[in-house]
Amino acid sequence: MKIHVLGPGCAKCTQLAESVAAVATELGIDYELEKVTDFNKIMAFGVMMTPGLVVDDKVKCVGKVPTSSELKEMLK
Amino acid sequence: MNWKIEYKNLLLILAGFLACYFLPIGIPRFDNAILEAFHLVKWYAEEHVLLCLIPAFFIAGAIGVFISQAAILKYLGPQANRVLAYGVASVSGTILAVCSCTILPLFAGIYRMGAGLGPAAAFLYAGPAINVLAIILTARILGPEMGIARAVGAVFFSVIIGLLMAFFFRNEEKTEAAAQMVMPEGEAPRPLWQTSVYFAAMIGILVFANWGKPAESTGLWAAVFQAKWWITSGFALAFGVMLVAWFGLRFWQVTVTAVAVAGLALAFPDNPLIPFTAGFIGLSLFTSTDQGEAGAWFASSWTFAKQILPLLLFGVLVAGLLLGRVGHEGIIPSEWVAWAVGGNSLAANFFASFAGAFMYFATLTEVPILQGLIDNGMGKGPALALLLAGPALSLPSMLVINSVIGLKKTAVFVVLVVVMATCSGVLYGMLFG
Repeated sequence: MKIHVLGPGCAKCTQLAESVAAVATELGIDYELEKVTDFNKIMAFGVMMTPGLVVDDKVKCVGKVPTSSELKEMLK
Repeated sequence: MNWKIEYKNLLLILAGFLACYFLPIGIPRFDNAILEAFHLVKWYAEEHVLLCLIPAFFIAGAIGVFISQAAILKYLGPQANRVLAYGVASVSGTILAVCSCTILPLFAGIYRMGAGLGPAAAFLYAGPAINVLAIILTARILGPEMGIARAVGAVFFSVIIGLLMAFFFRNEEKTEAAAQMVMPEGEAPRPLWQTSVYFAAMIGILVFANWGKPAESTGLWAAVFQAKWWITSGFALAFGVMLVAWFGLRFWQVTVTAVAVAGLALAFPDNPLIPFTAGFIGLSLFTSTDQGEAGAWFASSWTFAKQILPLLLFGVLVAGLLLGRVGHEGIIPSEWVAWAVGGNSLAANFFASFAGAFMYFATLTEVPILQGLIDNGMGKGPALALLLAGPALSLPSMLVINSVIGLKKTAVFVVLVVVMATCSGVLYGMLFG
């Protein structure tokens, strides 16, 4: 599973990256996490409000850090 | 001994040592400035943190959680009505830019995927300038005219800047959108009127708890000042009812808090700070333990507090050290300030605007710094010019903007900001100076 965390590097984006990694490990998924900080690449996904979460090239969430239960749903 | 790595440590130690060796302690101006820094911090803690900042954090947190961002983004999309897009771009900074680093991606998005360069530029300028916390603190510390002037100036000039940017670059090839804009989820769990009344109650509490003592002892202003705590309590009571009725908070928790606040108000009639603080402690307790939206609201407010309080503390210390308080100078002699930015000349306004555009101000630190400058002789016009140019731009942010829209557009944008800020300053100084 390829996970992209989009954001220029503020607290929310870092928190999202940590939360996602924690939930993915908990669910036992084999994943690869990439943090995207370049604006052009972020916009290539169509994301305007960071932080953004992209799972296997599908945008799952923008603009907020989801709770662990919401993340579990998104990573299924 | 790996010099390639260790040279950095050596430089740090050397810098620290030289600073300590040449510390100007014993020189009266420096000693005084150190004391001034601490006096200022104490004054801020006593006067502003409890009554003003804490309610402001809750309001900012609520904006982030309860206002539908998708609804706003619709007006900034590629199909949006152009006229509306400018208006929305100029005020939506309050709603969309609750995290200061969200402004740049949003700007890039509106420019490339959304309504275009004009609204994007308006948003870029207004976003940081119309920061809710900054306006509240400006009004509180520098006076309501300055706070309102800042908000109005930011909105008004952002539209003008946006329109001018769109005009100057009207013949540019519009790059095709690389992808469709992704909207955040936008379910509104309650009708708009309820959200509006809820915000009105919080703003009411903030405004009336902080109602300043007017110079005259008669008239409407003075009457409100006499009654301010009754009015604040009225808003607080309405607020408590809303929390139970519309936000699903537990009746017994809100009631216990309300009773505690009323009890403390009766026990300490001359010290309204005690029941006021108790109210906020209660609010924090029952929202932070809530599992739903109220919990998210508290978390959002708490994030603001964590982010801003240390920066503000640092800013106040620096402002106190450099500029002192009313009647007490810091390190910088007040004649220098008066010479550079005193009065309302075009030069003074321009200097303030130019310096502000390039200087970096961490969120809210512009307020104590400006307070120090004004107390040392800065004119009101140049002060507004600094407020309008300072937070919106800085050298680091110019570099990032450059990477999105290129050097020519960035340069035009910066020039427009400086010119607009200068003009607003001159106008304001003429009307209110």
